[in-house]
Amino acid sequence: MPEPVLSIRDLAVHFTTDDGVVRAVDGVTYDVYPGETLGIVGESGSGKSVSTMSILGLIPQPPGKVVSGEAMFQGRDLLKLSKKELRRVRGNSMAIVFQDPMTSLNPVLKIGFQLGETIKAHHGSEKDDEVKDHVIQLLRTVGIPQPERRFEQYPHEFSGGMRQRAMIAMAIANQPALLIADEPTTALDVTIQAQILEVLKTAQDETHAATILITHDLGLIAEMADRVIVMYAGKIVELGDVNTIFAAPRHPYTIGLMESLPRLTADEDWLRPIPGQPPSLINRPPGCPFHPRCFLSQGRARCREEEPPLRPIHAGGTGVHLSACHFAEELEGATSKLAEPTVAEGVT
Amino acid sequence: MTEVSRPPEPGSPDAPLVDLDGTLYASGSQVRTMPGAPTDLAPELTDSALAHESGLELKARSQWAYARSRFFRHRLAMGSLVVLIAVLLCGAFAGHIASYSYDAIDLNNINAGPTTTAHHYFGTDQLGRDYFSRVLYGIRTSARVAFFVSILSTILGTLVGSFAGYFGGWLDNLLMRFTDLILTLPPLAVLLVAAARLGNGTINLGLFHLGQEYRVALILALLFWTGIARVVRGLFLSLREKEYVEAAKASGSGDVRIIFRHMLPNSMGPIIVNMTLVTAGAILTESALSFLGFGIKPPTAALGNLIAQGETQMQTQWWLVVFPGLTIVIIVMCINFIGDGLRDALDPTQRRIRA
Ligand SMILES: Nc1ncnc2c1ncn2[C@@H]1O[C@H](COP(=O)(O)OP(=O)(O)OP(=O)(O)O)[C@@H](O)[C@H]1O
Ligand code: SF4
Ligand SMILES: [Mg+2]
Repeated sequence: MPEPVLSIRDLAVHFTTDDGVVRAVDGVTYDVYPGETLGIVGESGSGKSVSTMSILGLIPQPPGKVVSGEAMFQGRDLLKLSKKELRRVRGNSMAIVFQDPMTSLNPVLKIGFQLGETIKAHHGSEKDDEVKDHVIQLLRTVGIPQPERRFEQYPHEFSGGMRQRAMIAMAIANQPALLIADEPTTALDVTIQAQILEVLKTAQDETHAATILITHDLGLIAEMADRVIVMYAGKIVELGDVNTIFAAPRHPYTIGLMESLPRLTADEDWLRPIPGQPPSLINRPPGCPFHPRCFLSQGRARCREEEPPLRPIHAGGTGVHLSACHFAEELEGATSKLAEPTVAEGVT
Repeated sequence: MTEVSRPPEPGSPDAPLVDLDGTLYASGSQVRTMPGAPTDLAPELTDSALAHESGLELKARSQWAYARSRFFRHRLAMGSLVVLIAVLLCGAFAGHIASYSYDAIDLNNINAGPTTTAHHYFGTDQLGRDYFSRVLYGIRTSARVAFFVSILSTILGTLVGSFAGYFGGWLDNLLMRFTDLILTLPPLAVLLVAAARLGNGTINLGLFHLGQEYRVALILALLFWTGIARVVRGLFLSLREKEYVEAAKASGSGDVRIIFRHMLPNSMGPIIVNMTLVTAGAILTESALSFLGFGIKPPTAALGNLIAQGETQMQTQWWLVVFPGLTIVIIVMCINFIGDGLRDALDPTQRRIRA
């Protein structure tokens, strides 16, 4: 394995609220390698966004606080940088594509101006016409027709898909080493989602950026990701190669996530949602965070009493495979319907 | 799909200008609703082709363009704007319009009523000065004060409000408590004290000699910025939660850049509307001050001190009060109507014009 681009160690982020301390991210460790796409999946509120936004200083502080951890990026610990140094990283060597292109563009500023701002924020000395050429080139890269004219338009003159293209153009404006896409297609029409994924792939090719892709959508992971992290209640519960995770999931929560997906190839007219609710992040029960909902636990005391560590699993796949379940080995032979080859084609 | 494919060709079926509800966000003369417009266009049908088909000329149209067209259709505001401009032009070209100087005394013709003979349209005062020209010069003085007050207090209020709202925390507390403090001061008392304290001479700033109207304006501006500060702070508090501000932060823009380049443009509407309120308030307050003898002092003509001067003889020489008074009313009413028109025009909830 080459040197990782980003190396997160034992990251913990807490929010202080009136009800108590929310442990939104609780001891997360992972690496992102050059050129790869790392998918992060998990239910709403599992800490996917917070775990990435916090390393860029983009969570509201207060109430948020990074209480421990390390985030090594290009030889520096992002969590130790000053506000100013961190600002130079944002949008420059590490950039974000947000979820909702309808709200991520300023309605009163021209598209060209907004993209130009991103460049000028880091290359203040670049001349206006150079910036303009650069922006038009970017718009062309992301497949926006007539970029010269689009440059002068306002966001309300762009459709949702076009706006997301513009957001991707903005993210790659300064040739980032790492691209974070936080649910880049969730807010879009299905027909447009596929196009945006293509644009995202182009953007990756152009910049050779590693990508963290945050999503609820396992279909998207199947199509885009090389490796997957499954998060539950602020922790990583499973990590592995995308094929391994789909072919041989070794955590009951991952299996539950896959079971709750519609199977496109089979005559299945019901879905199996994971029973129960995600746990409170404030008064976390001892033991495995998943135990109240787990089909494998069957009331075993160990699940209630002892928190399972994230440990290596040997399920036959390639690369590292980690699972945080005491009884992962009992899942021997488990596979998911998404492992069936035709599925990834249909889900976008 | 493991192979990496190219982006779609230009003119891809991304429905460039048609939103889901079939509203065409193109422009030209105005935005039209096309019932049943297709949301997924054929690939070769680019937005310009579409626009051409529907007879629309494509041109970038900002919120300002929408606001402008709405303002122009606001009759009362447009009428007021015309009247106000006429009145202000009279003030600006007072020297050319009036037949007399504002301080030319003619003791042979005192307390004359309004007449067209000898061009004393508004009559003359106790010293035989032509009242028409005094009112015109009064407009000029009052307008100068109001202009200066509105510019200065808007800049001040915007700075205070935007920094308080953007940074929040202790800075917000400090700035807003200071604003509250200014607001709790009884304005007239402060104005009277300040006016008396600062004397009535000119302000000498080395190179600049500012006339007494600027002294009054400065005092007013230092009291009038609070309203705008509060409005702008409120706007910034809500704007800073917007995703596009977060996106600007995520793209590495600094605080000052975000405040001035990303958030201020979103606040211009309310700032402009409040500016009109301040302008009207400044004219009224300056008149009140001058009326009380603490503002602009004779022989310089200001609308307020003209009324004060005429007030003692109101029973017999009604014109001494009525003409300057009416002028104030007209100016303030026009400004307020313009303010209403601007508020309606800039209201972002009315963004789309339906034909
Ligand atoms: N500003 C905040 N104040 C308090 N708690 C917060 C704040 N932001 C996030 N949290 C908490 O952190 C947890 C993780 O949030 P996060 O946004 O990372 O979830 P997510 O996995 O990205 O979910 P989604 O899929 O809905 O985007 C949530 O449970 C939420 O309660
Ligand atoms: S440790 Fe127990 S409760 Fe947790 S996932 Fe494994 S079996 Fe389920
Ligand atoms: Mg999220």
